[in-house]
Amino acid sequence: MNAHHPQKFAAAMLVAILICIGAVLVGPKVNAAADGTITGSVKLNGTAPHMKGIDMSKDPYCVKANANNAPKLENVVVGSGGGLENVVLYISEGLTSPTESTAVQVFNQKNCMYSPHVLAMDVGETFKVETSDNTAHNIHPNPNPMTGNIPWNQSQPPGAPPVEKSWKAPEFIEVKCNIHPWMHGWFAVVKGPYATTDADGNYTIKDVPAGNYTVTAWQEVYGKQTQKVTVAAGGSAKADFTFQAK
Amino acid sequence: MAKIFAVTIIVIAILSAIPIVRHTWWLPPDVSTHGQPIDEQMSETMAEAGLSFLAAQILLAIFIWKYSKPRPGEKIKNFPGGAMGLVIAAFLLVGTEVLALGAFGAKAWASIYLTPPSPDAMPIQVQAGQFAFYFRYPGPDGKFGPLHPDLISEANENFFGLDTTHDAASKDDIVTAEMAIPVNREIHLLMHSKDLGHSFYVPELRVHQDFVPGLDLSIHFTANKIGKYEIVCTQLCGLGHYNMKAYLEVMSQEDFDSWLKRQAALQ
Repeated sequence: MNAHHPQKFAAAMLVAILICIGAVLVGPKVNAAADGTITGSVKLNGTAPHMKGIDMSKDPYCVKANANNAPKLENVVVGSGGGLENVVLYISEGLTSPTESTAVQVFNQKNCMYSPHVLAMDVGETFKVETSDNTAHNIHPNPNPMTGNIPWNQSQPPGAPPVEKSWKAPEFIEVKCNIHPWMHGWFAVVKGPYATTDADGNYTIKDVPAGNYTVTAWQEVYGKQTQKVTVAAGGSAKADFTFQAK
Repeated sequence: MAKIFAVTIIVIAILSAIPIVRHTWWLPPDVSTHGQPIDEQMSETMAEAGLSFLAAQILLAIFIWKYSKPRPGEKIKNFPGGAMGLVIAAFLLVGTEVLALGAFGAKAWASIYLTPPSPDAMPIQVQAGQFAFYFRYPGPDGKFGPLHPDLISEANENFFGLDTTHDAASKDDIVTAEMAIPVNREIHLLMHSKDLGHSFYVPELRVHQDFVPGLDLSIHFTANKIGKYEIVCTQLCGLGHYNMKAYLEVMSQEDFDSWLKRQAALQ
């Protein structure tokens, strides 16, 4: 080291540090050439199972909030043409680079039900739990601690600020409210891009980099199905799934 | 100063007796056929305890009034027999009082809890669990199907753990979140807890019974007034204890029949 020129050394170090910071900032953008999509639909073959009605009489607020509709369980929701709602689609094999999601999704408690019933998200993605109800809820997801996800249980009285959380590991986590035992939903934590089917059973997984993948469709009652797809750079692959009613 | 203190004690004692004598914070009106002896017992306990309280306070005030000033040359008299005599007298007085209340109270309690329900009492099962009550009606076959705790699933609303595919008796069982009963009909309530200690308290019905985990308990009662009452848990059972409640609806027989039909359609 040239001890006679400390200014020169400091300047060289500064340049090195700036290059490192620049690399960190620019790096993900270089990897993010991920504009391919995987689309398709998920259907249920056979008669949809009977969904029990919900007796909310424990809480008069919930009864009143649902006065104009008959609430029922949402474990299997079949739309027009046999489309299956709330199925989570994600890439279970083939992803090489980690993805970054900046969207903050909302898991709302409305009319003493969860909306959406299934919230899919990336590992580490921040999501918000909100309440639209004028009655107290508690949000109690119960993951398997062996996965690295830590269970929590938080009360949210009317008007309380949103609860912001994220999950460390991929897992399908059941969520419930102990005050209203019928309230039941899912946090579907997966690695990488994901999609949830709409009311007609259609989905689109966006931001998929080119590559060969295994796509998995997960339904809370019927379990998982997989298909292999190839996505060209900026292209679109198709994968349709059909679950068999038990 | 001591005289002001003595008067204050009497004023406080009398003021605190007023709401009790006037039944300001009394139990809500009784809607059960068994509630009268309980209310009588309650009044008696309040009267005896209240009179003893007043007597003690007045005595205390008199002593303060009379003996607060030191009187030179006068010696304080001892209670005959000394401290031992005093203790024995107090022990006998209070002991007799407490024992008598206990004996009469036990009689009122036993007349409700230790008598069997009539054979045609309507059975209803109640399960307490953090933090809700669920009720089960046996359906047209009059039989409750067996419970399978491993099948309990809130996701499927199988709160009791019924196997409706294999157990014939469970197929027509009706599970509800509200307890409706016909008026003037004896109910045999079969109680069990899913997790820990809870209780079943309906003040209007004069029914208050704990759930003990692992024990199947039962109580029986008849409601004689149509109305909607609150069932609350009075054993601190966790975070949501304050919200652990359900409603009891006492209905006419016709209303009850149509309610049960509506509930059966929800299963």
